[in-house]
Amino acid sequence: MIDSFAQLLSADFFLLALLAGLSLALVAGPLGSFIVWRRMSYFGDTLAHSALLGIAIGLITDSSPQLSIIVSCLLLAALLAVLDRKPSISTDTLLGILAHSTLAIGVVVLALTESIRVNLEAYLFGALLTINATDLAWVVGVVILVGFTLHRFWNDLLSTTVHAEIARIEGVNVDRLNLILILLIALTIAVSMKIVGVLLITSLLIIPPAAARRLADTPERMALLASLIGAASILIGLIGAFYLDAPVGPTIVVCATLVFLAIFFAPVGQKD
Amino acid sequence: MGSSSQNQDALIVASKVTKSFGDRNILHDIELSIHQGQVVTLIGPNGAGKTTLVRILLGLLTADSGSVAHQEGLRIGYMPQRVSIEHTLPITVRRFLQLANPHQPAQIDETLQSLNIVGLQHQQLVDISGGELQRVLLARALLRKPHLLVLDEPAQGVDLAGQAELYQRIGDIRSERGCGILMISHDLHLVMAATDEVVCLNRHVCCHGKPEQVSNDPAFLDLFGDKVSPSLAVYTHRHNHEHDLTGDVKESGLD
Repeated sequence: MIDSFAQLLSADFFLLALLAGLSLALVAGPLGSFIVWRRMSYFGDTLAHSALLGIAIGLITDSSPQLSIIVSCLLLAALLAVLDRKPSISTDTLLGILAHSTLAIGVVVLALTESIRVNLEAYLFGALLTINATDLAWVVGVVILVGFTLHRFWNDLLSTTVHAEIARIEGVNVDRLNLILILLIALTIAVSMKIVGVLLITSLLIIPPAAARRLADTPERMALLASLIGAASILIGLIGAFYLDAPVGPTIVVCATLVFLAIFFAPVGQKD
Repeated sequence: MGSSSQNQDALIVASKVTKSFGDRNILHDIELSIHQGQVVTLIGPNGAGKTTLVRILLGLLTADSGSVAHQEGLRIGYMPQRVSIEHTLPITVRRFLQLANPHQPAQIDETLQSLNIVGLQHQQLVDISGGELQRVLLARALLRKPHLLVLDEPAQGVDLAGQAELYQRIGDIRSERGCGILMISHDLHLVMAATDEVVCLNRHVCCHGKPEQVSNDPAFLDLFGDKVSPSLAVYTHRHNHEHDLTGDVKESGLD
């Protein structure tokens, strides 16, 4: 057993979890900022919920769970991008239908495959401490890809977010950037599932930027601060969960929420 | 609106543009061309299809039929009608301008100076007034060194004194840069003075021509009533004007 703080910090499972969490926080800051700016949080939820269906399909077809989650998230993202262009049904309703139907189908399918015993709770709320080296490699790989892409298209993504029509006339390929952003969100959600689970992923993406908003005067600072707040929440949540013997994912989200509340209710004048 | 030989050097030529939304016929058989150094103003009642036409010219919308041809390599600066800035997005005026031209700080300084908004550059975009925002949007449009400047109601939210100044500024931009300008405006009396060609739109082109001609055209008078006509005549040149209690321009300052 682990008795001292030093032992905890040097334990393999803890380091793997911490590394995975911190890498995720790195891209969750800027990516989550875009979700906040573009009011896409419900969209993130829908993608996250559909990941459970991805897991079920992965288990049935006996393929890598990471891969099947990524594929299902990307497929749903593409489906949403296509459906969104046909305004016969409001986006809000469409997302609501997809979010809950995919979650429900995922749970039912998992329950029906009796041969496979799965810990549903781990998928819903995350199991960061069970993360292994392969999982970490997936996280780091996706973080590098997402980080590089965000950096490469940062100005155009920002321009599209601030005013899509001006951006389009200035020669920015707005449709392509929207698709890229959706795919980046899908990828990030897919690999962060093990960290906080399908029900809480969106919160880890949007709470840190929402907290950072009041302290930031440029989009870049907001993204950076969001990453820092996310990283701090993961570190404190991880340690706190261990000592409180509480589930890790929810504890991390509670930490982020506390930071958000502290900044939100801080006296005016703290700004800048 | 120009013969075909004139159209060869036009920045933008729209031909037989027709557009409907559902059963509603918004634009019918529109012919329009804009040349270098020319200021064209679109006027027309609400719902006349002015913004729709501009969006089609810009390529933001596709026409049901007809064609829109841009001159090769045409750079457009666009100032949209309404810009709502997302409150969750912190962005200063300067950073907003950098979106158009990230690596040209000197050009941004120059543009800020020419529009008298240097003092705004470190303010948050959501905090500035409507009139200030219009200038910032104009600055953004100018940063691309456009061949054609498209302004959708540029004086919206600007007070009267500011409007006269803004139109003056737009006139200066034309003479300094030699770019073509297409604008939509409701400020009939102010806009006429700075305009070479007025196109009066009400789903089709009712009439077009020089401001003086258009303001006496029966089709125009039908649309806007003969009340506006005298004031148009008054403001074919720029004057200092007076305001009445409601803030409207008085018919004074006659030559």
